[in-house]
Amino acid sequence: MKAATLNKFLSIFLLPVLNILTAFIFTTLLFLVIGIDPWEAAKILVQGAFGYEEGIGYTLYYTTNFIFTGLAVAIAFHAGLFNIGGEGQAYIGGLGVSLVALGLGSFLPPIFLLPLAILAAAAFGAAWAAIPAYLQAYRGSHIVITTIMFNFLAASLMVYLLVNVFSEAGQGMPASRAFPDSASLWTWQAFMAQFGIEFAASPLNISIILALICCVAVWVFLWKTRWGYELRTVGANPEAAIYAGINPKRIIMLAMLISGALAGFVAVNELLGVQHRLVLGFNTGYGFAGIAVALMGRNHPIGVMLAALLFGALYQGGAELAFEIPSVTRDVVVVIQGLIILFSGALEFMYRAPLQRWLLSFAREA
Amino acid sequence: MNACALELIGVSKRFGLVKANQDISLCVPSGTIHGIIGENGAGKSTLMSIIYGFYQADSGEIRIQGQTVTIHDSKQAIALGIGMVHQHFMLVDEFTALENIMLGAEGGALLHEGEQRVRKRLAELSRLYGLEVPLDIPVNQLAVGVQQRIEILKTLYREARILILDEPTGVLTPQEADDLFKILHTLKADGVTILLITHKLREIMAITDQVSVMRQGQMVAHRETAATSMPELAELMVGRKVRQSVDRHEQSTGQVLLEVRNLTVRDKQGIARVNKVSLQVAAGEIVGIAGVSGNGQSELLQALAGIIPFSEGEISFAGQNITPKQPVNAARMRELGMAHVPEDRHRMGLVLPFAAYQSSILGYQRVDKYNHGLTLNDPAIRTEYTDRAEQFDIRPRDPFLGSNNFSGGNQQKIVLAREIGADPQLLLVGQPTRGVDIGAIEFIHQHIMDMRNEGKGILLVSVELDEIMTLSDRILVMCGGVITGEVGREQANEQILGLLMANALDPNESQGHSA
Repeated sequence: MKAATLNKFLSIFLLPVLNILTAFIFTTLLFLVIGIDPWEAAKILVQGAFGYEEGIGYTLYYTTNFIFTGLAVAIAFHAGLFNIGGEGQAYIGGLGVSLVALGLGSFLPPIFLLPLAILAAAAFGAAWAAIPAYLQAYRGSHIVITTIMFNFLAASLMVYLLVNVFSEAGQGMPASRAFPDSASLWTWQAFMAQFGIEFAASPLNISIILALICCVAVWVFLWKTRWGYELRTVGANPEAAIYAGINPKRIIMLAMLISGALAGFVAVNELLGVQHRLVLGFNTGYGFAGIAVALMGRNHPIGVMLAALLFGALYQGGAELAFEIPSVTRDVVVVIQGLIILFSGALEFMYRAPLQRWLLSFAREA
Repeated sequence: MNACALELIGVSKRFGLVKANQDISLCVPSGTIHGIIGENGAGKSTLMSIIYGFYQADSGEIRIQGQTVTIHDSKQAIALGIGMVHQHFMLVDEFTALENIMLGAEGGALLHEGEQRVRKRLAELSRLYGLEVPLDIPVNQLAVGVQQRIEILKTLYREARILILDEPTGVLTPQEADDLFKILHTLKADGVTILLITHKLREIMAITDQVSVMRQGQMVAHRETAATSMPELAELMVGRKVRQSVDRHEQSTGQVLLEVRNLTVRDKQGIARVNKVSLQVAAGEIVGIAGVSGNGQSELLQALAGIIPFSEGEISFAGQNITPKQPVNAARMRELGMAHVPEDRHRMGLVLPFAAYQSSILGYQRVDKYNHGLTLNDPAIRTEYTDRAEQFDIRPRDPFLGSNNFSGGNQQKIVLAREIGADPQLLLVGQPTRGVDIGAIEFIHQHIMDMRNEGKGILLVSVELDEIMTLSDRILVMCGGVITGEVGREQANEQILGLLMANALDPNESQGHSA
């Protein structure tokens, strides 16, 4: 019993913290090598991410995207699937949002339009995930391969649509015309103003509430419902699932539809919340970062939330860092992310065995 | 008495908090067959792994032919003349016997020369010990008994003088086991020392000169085989008197619950694994299916449970006619009142990362009493699990403990409690006591018998003849996917079952039994 509790403490708390610390130690060494004062850099980074309202706004705005894609990866992972296609699913989600916003925006009031646009984001993301899911479930094509390919397909399709269908005549820009005003989500500033609270202007909008609702919903779904039970059974032991009369093919479809819908929500944050038009590459990087977020967050909604916050802070603080210190480019931030992914993803269990031994010997003496 | 070929003095080994071996001392006299018997988890395998160099002992001493040695890996063990035949053979399936034996002793970049040398030496060994094996056929085309002989030849080729056999008869028919024992006697006559690890008392009595009993990591007794008995050994193994029989009511059977007609199951290659099998199970009886593992029993069980499709035939159960055109999945079979304890609890019966109480609803997760509108009713599930844990003595009781943290016997009890607890009309049971220790075996047998006594039907598949004969009212024997005979409870003995398992019974004689 004692050992089990220790193990839990180890894998939920101690290991992630140690992994991140290791990544930071290597970052420090890197900074020393390229001649940057690590202490100074850390201060700028933290200050940039959390030091003032606008910075916090940016951090949480990035966090929102990472929560969506992180959850998307996590839920598929529980069904034993590796969804690499969050990038494409988010992109196509944007198509759904734009069709609703541009097509119906002029006659529907926001109260109908916004839910519809959000649903469209989910439906289009899910539909884009459904094809690889079907190929995996009924044709045996490996989902990692197909979802990667579907990222490229989504990118090409969206470029085509943006250039040939959505772009405004005479503009020559790969962007759609602006959405009508009725298709825009409250910014956090506007939202807080309702309660008489002032908040600096930033891209942060009420999508973050949707993201938090998704965290709770995913947790309830996975651990508190029979569908989640069946999904986790398929992921943990497909043979036991068949023994239990669960159809793994249907579970694969279910998991990927939810996963795709969650990824599609990135378009809600980006297009309804910030850009107010369909633009080229609004999804760039979020789908892939979602894999790292899910990995770091141990595929648990709370973990995903924390990891998303860390990545959000790195994005925002890193941008600040690049701005403040000329010798730091955005690439350095990418390197820091890479180190975090390396130590908390690829080398996740590096400390496990020695720590376990140490903790056990400790427990024995006690 | 001869000098010790292998001697252990005070060997201890622990893994974390578990004392796998405590102060083990043992002397195996040269040129004898020495049995080591104990329940699963008694520490037999750990001890053998120490002798063979997979683990290092924390303390203690190993002496080979009187010399104190340290064995760091299997290479050293081989150099010291120790050979090991594992329970699961270490053969490359696609290689021939010759290639397998040569593996690791090729003696140069080009194979030709080594091949000649191995062939010559094998010819000598075969002549010496009567170990005939075909050298040029891929081993996966050979019978299990022959594969085992190749394993033995492998060790002899490497000049083994101390041979360790780990549960060697688990995969053999009784006849193949007899052949093995003959070979072991020949080896013994030549001065080879043999260490036989087993949990089967019968084998110990049949073949060994001395026997050592292990219990909970300790060596609890050494006996001359001639001076001991099976009940004494059984008692030493579990540390208390074992009741050898279960409480069986004499009763007449009721209506037929399950009827199977000409059931054929084909694998992906289209080969019939189950071939035109017909059988019936009535209320109040246990029908046992005996057979060497891999003769279609698993496929039969899975087809009946709705896990794999069948290609021909018909199953009637609970008023439902199931045909290949109208298949029924495992969930529906449960609803109809058929429960299933699968052969492999790790692969099918449990979801190992799940908490015990979560594994306790596997297959029943949609049942109303476990749900609460849209969500699972966790408190109700845990309450029921706690009751069952009490009733089936599942230890530890903690419902939150991961399914993988229970011992084999307790994992099996979790599965059994779930399937029996669902109150089915018919129970399919596969290998109910595989990897389960003696205390739990008796307990599990009694629970299965209780179901029968209550008038439920049971179809039992097991490779353990003892188990089949203890529990069954009727015994069907499968070999090569067909039922080779049926034997009533009263007529059953190992002889006749063994012959049917090898499908070697005179056809005229078996006609009366054929299903």
